[in-house]
Amino acid sequence: MPRPSPIAMFAIAAALAATVAGCSSSTSASTSTSTAAGSTITYWASDQGSSIADDHTVLNPELAKFTKQTGIKVKLEVIGWPDLLNRITAATASGQGPDVVNIGNTWSASLQATGALLPWSSQNFSAIGGESKFVSSAVGSTGAAGKPPAAVPLYSVAYALYYNKALFQQAGIAGPPVTWADLIADGKKLTHGSVYGLALEAGSIPENIHNAFIFAQQHGCSFFSPSGAPTYTLPGCVQGVQQFVNLMGTDKIVSPGDAEYDQNQSVSDFASGKAAMLMWQAAGANLKAHGMSTSQYGVAPVPVQSGVPGQGTSVDSMVAGINMAIFKDTHNLAAAEKFVQFMTSPAEQTILSKEYGSIPPVSAAQQNAAFATPELTVLKNVLATSAVAMPQVAGESQFEQLVGTAVKNLFADAVSGPVSAQTVEQQLSSAQQQMTG
Amino acid sequence: MHSLGGKVAARRAPMAPPRSFIWTRRIVLTVLTIFALLPLYVMVSSSLKPLQDVTGTFRWIPSPITFSSYIQMWQTVPLAQYFVNSLIVCTCAAALSVLVATFAAYAVSRYRFRGRRVFTLVVLSTQMFPGILFLLPLFLIFVSIGNATGITLLGSRTGLIITYLTFSLPFSIWLLVGYFDSIPRGLDEAAWVDGCGPLRALFRVVIPAAIPGIITVAIYAFMTAWGEVLFASVMTNDTTRTLAVGLRDYSTQNDVYWNQIMAASIVVSIPVVVGFLLMQRFLVTGLTAGSVK
Amino acid sequence: MAPASTPTPAPVHPARTRARAGGGGHRATARRRGPGRLRRIGLPYLLLLPALLFELLVHLVPMVVGVLISFKALTQLYLTQWVHAPWAGLGNYRIVVDFNGAIGQALLHSFVVTCAFTAIAVSLSWLFGCAAAILAQDSFRGRGLLRAIFLTPYALPAYTSVITWAFMFQYNNGLINYVLHNELGITSSPTFWLLGDNSFVALVTVSVWRNWPFAFLVVMAGLQSIPRELYEAAAIDGAGVRQQIRLITMPSLRPVNQVLVLVLFLWTFNDFTTPYVLFGNGAPPPADVISMHIYDASFLTWNFGEGSAMSVLLLLFLLVVSGGYLLFTSRRRNA
Repeated sequence: MPRPSPIAMFAIAAALAATVAGCSSSTSASTSTSTAAGSTITYWASDQGSSIADDHTVLNPELAKFTKQTGIKVKLEVIGWPDLLNRITAATASGQGPDVVNIGNTWSASLQATGALLPWSSQNFSAIGGESKFVSSAVGSTGAAGKPPAAVPLYSVAYALYYNKALFQQAGIAGPPVTWADLIADGKKLTHGSVYGLALEAGSIPENIHNAFIFAQQHGCSFFSPSGAPTYTLPGCVQGVQQFVNLMGTDKIVSPGDAEYDQNQSVSDFASGKAAMLMWQAAGANLKAHGMSTSQYGVAPVPVQSGVPGQGTSVDSMVAGINMAIFKDTHNLAAAEKFVQFMTSPAEQTILSKEYGSIPPVSAAQQNAAFATPELTVLKNVLATSAVAMPQVAGESQFEQLVGTAVKNLFADAVSGPVSAQTVEQQLSSAQQQMTG
Repeated sequence: MHSLGGKVAARRAPMAPPRSFIWTRRIVLTVLTIFALLPLYVMVSSSLKPLQDVTGTFRWIPSPITFSSYIQMWQTVPLAQYFVNSLIVCTCAAALSVLVATFAAYAVSRYRFRGRRVFTLVVLSTQMFPGILFLLPLFLIFVSIGNATGITLLGSRTGLIITYLTFSLPFSIWLLVGYFDSIPRGLDEAAWVDGCGPLRALFRVVIPAAIPGIITVAIYAFMTAWGEVLFASVMTNDTTRTLAVGLRDYSTQNDVYWNQIMAASIVVSIPVVVGFLLMQRFLVTGLTAGSVK
Repeated sequence: MAPASTPTPAPVHPARTRARAGGGGHRATARRRGPGRLRRIGLPYLLLLPALLFELLVHLVPMVVGVLISFKALTQLYLTQWVHAPWAGLGNYRIVVDFNGAIGQALLHSFVVTCAFTAIAVSLSWLFGCAAAILAQDSFRGRGLLRAIFLTPYALPAYTSVITWAFMFQYNNGLINYVLHNELGITSSPTFWLLGDNSFVALVTVSVWRNWPFAFLVVMAGLQSIPRELYEAAAIDGAGVRQQIRLITMPSLRPVNQVLVLVLFLWTFNDFTTPYVLFGNGAPPPADVISMHIYDASFLTWNFGEGSAMSVLLLLFLLVVSGGYLLFTSRRRNA
């Protein structure tokens, strides 16, 4: 007869509890324990090496060094680029995040607006050695003007033009182009059969937005007004973007297949000789992994209209790089600051930037001979003289996403022919209208 | 008329179908076979090619054939760890889903209680929730629980298990209700007469009779959890990452290791494909039982 | 008196009680076990409790929170204290349905694309599934193997099969272009499948490839419950194969098909994994289905208030369509 015995009810509860307990893991939360040597901090690193496993190989010895020096343990997690911003967003919303995190430096202003990152007041700066130890151009990309930086520079890179020496020689071109007219002319000479003059990562939103920004700057437009309002449809921006996409559409020096590229296939194409030129951030490490030796390619600044890189309309790169930030909610500020100090010390900066092929934004480390290679010399120069920071406004990540996608869509049009200014303006206008907050 | 249910054996041989039917059948089934097999062939053949072949012009037959990607794939990405994570999460989610669904289906099937219809409707309607709507809120709720009770749900396998078991609950309950409904109450009552309570009747009589349904539900829950990408990408960290997210790491800064992606895909798919093919017969029975009302 | 002392806790129609075997004995038992009655009433609720708790935790409460967020202006400025984000009333909704504005227009476009995608993909999946199930009904040599081959695409995890299709659809080295352009020479130059207008075709192809086995499985199940005698009788009456299908198979399958089409519709409309793995971040406009669109509009631009508003509208739409569909089909059944 129906008789729910207490034993049965207990059995239900116990079965559930036991299964849940048996299935649960003992992974700890990502907040750290309280202050003192012997404490642990959590560090989310970005994927800087050739793979995530590679990053672990590079960072673990350095972290061991830090633990030996200070007694503070560092729990490392390396997060791939597709997931990093999502994870940071989730950490921001939940208040449960790491102590220290790498961020793309262009994200600084947007993340700053969330209020989740520790502002680097002069007091905090002095804990790691002072703001002056960093190169000023790098500090310019750490947050909105007028507010304390939301992060400190960790690695610096810039865009440069890489060109295949053998292909240039075959086509009878003496040296790298300095104006766009030169580049197009050279590109046309180099494009024949299945080889193209220039490789572009035209399906990648970050690559598109960086390039679009540089081209727009060269036409005198910076996408945002001084007060921070979006101005995507100004003639300068429209012309800049149009010029960029028509490298494929009109000039036809870019392979239409590049419109699909968003996993660094353009670098592979350059390395294998399918393209003669490449505009990229510090491609040296990547090219080496593809088996291309430094004698096979040359590095030059990206062309500008006037032929001489400089400021204003002669900029040829955005200030690219990685910043390091501390979450405001950290339970162990002292330990986190010690770690930042360690990572931005000249010794560590030299080691890490050598591994990653970047330039250390710490002045003392930049003098090291390791950063005097032809490629890095060009990059250093660009950073010092002709690079400009991306807009440091709260809506910056929205800007990257919307305009980057717009340019990606314009390339989808460019595969079949020239793209008109009207089409460009339509896409940019639509992107601008979707900006909120 | 429909209650005759499936497999009525014909007393005499069926009349031979006309030639046109046979030819239609041959053509249609062949086309569908090619359609189904094409990507599978690409997966297998690409996994046997060296990297430069798989990133170059496509060729039908891999030559040379190499198994290197099956070896390298364990190193490029901590595949074994992701495998273990996925196994733990999916097995537990499946086991719990079966348990919870069995209890709920038993209640819905055997009892007429107030709120029965509302419960069924609510549970079924959760099928139409777009995942993106409750991704962030679920995340925030897990955080609140973590702060309030100290149980870590975020970044732990527990949180993912709870999420996955709930995802498969509606379909599991629906299927099991169908199965239980088709088990005559006479069996239950015979057990009652023998002195069993309803719960003991459930375990002694109903569940053994519904084993095919239970296996189906378990495998379905496992499959659903094994293939989920969106929630896994937000709710896991380095140590608890599952295969769904981990396979993305094969596209690195330098190269997309397509051959290893294909090899890993094959290895990762074997458990669910084998499980599904074994249980699909029970799924058919379950669906038939469910629609027989 | 009899209905009041039935063993089932809730008020039950007297007819049902009498129809149950052994009801008399239970009535007698019930009268003797007064205090146990509360526990008996409680049992079904207790059995439901775990399911209810999990549904509340994972589906229902987050849903409510999601709806709440849609009434707030939750952008990155308030992410850290989302509870304190300012109320926006219907502001988010007004923005997303303003079809003159860019956001509303994009949403409308995405909605239309999704409807077209779902209609075509579900129709093809159902058609292939039905055709294969009917054609593979009789046993012939290799039928078991064929069924296994057909079902495998459905069993493969999405992130493995869709990535393979992305590999095949590549412009430069993909199999599809290789066959169409290099081998068969159908197209004069390789075509783009992952961007441009053909991306819609690619998306439909992958969706149908993944889902038609499920239709195949379900229709196979439904076919098993059709008695052979019906076919034999019809054959004796002179009906050809096509007529048999039209007059016997299809009507018998109607209840199965109704559920099948609804399930396929919901799955396809809400499908996030397929476009996400096929296209990555930023779907091409011709294939911008609504699940991806909402993800782009909320997670990638940090506009969670608007993203939630879009999700709520999507949910309402699906509820209305499903409700209407069920009403329509049940009325047809009763008619």
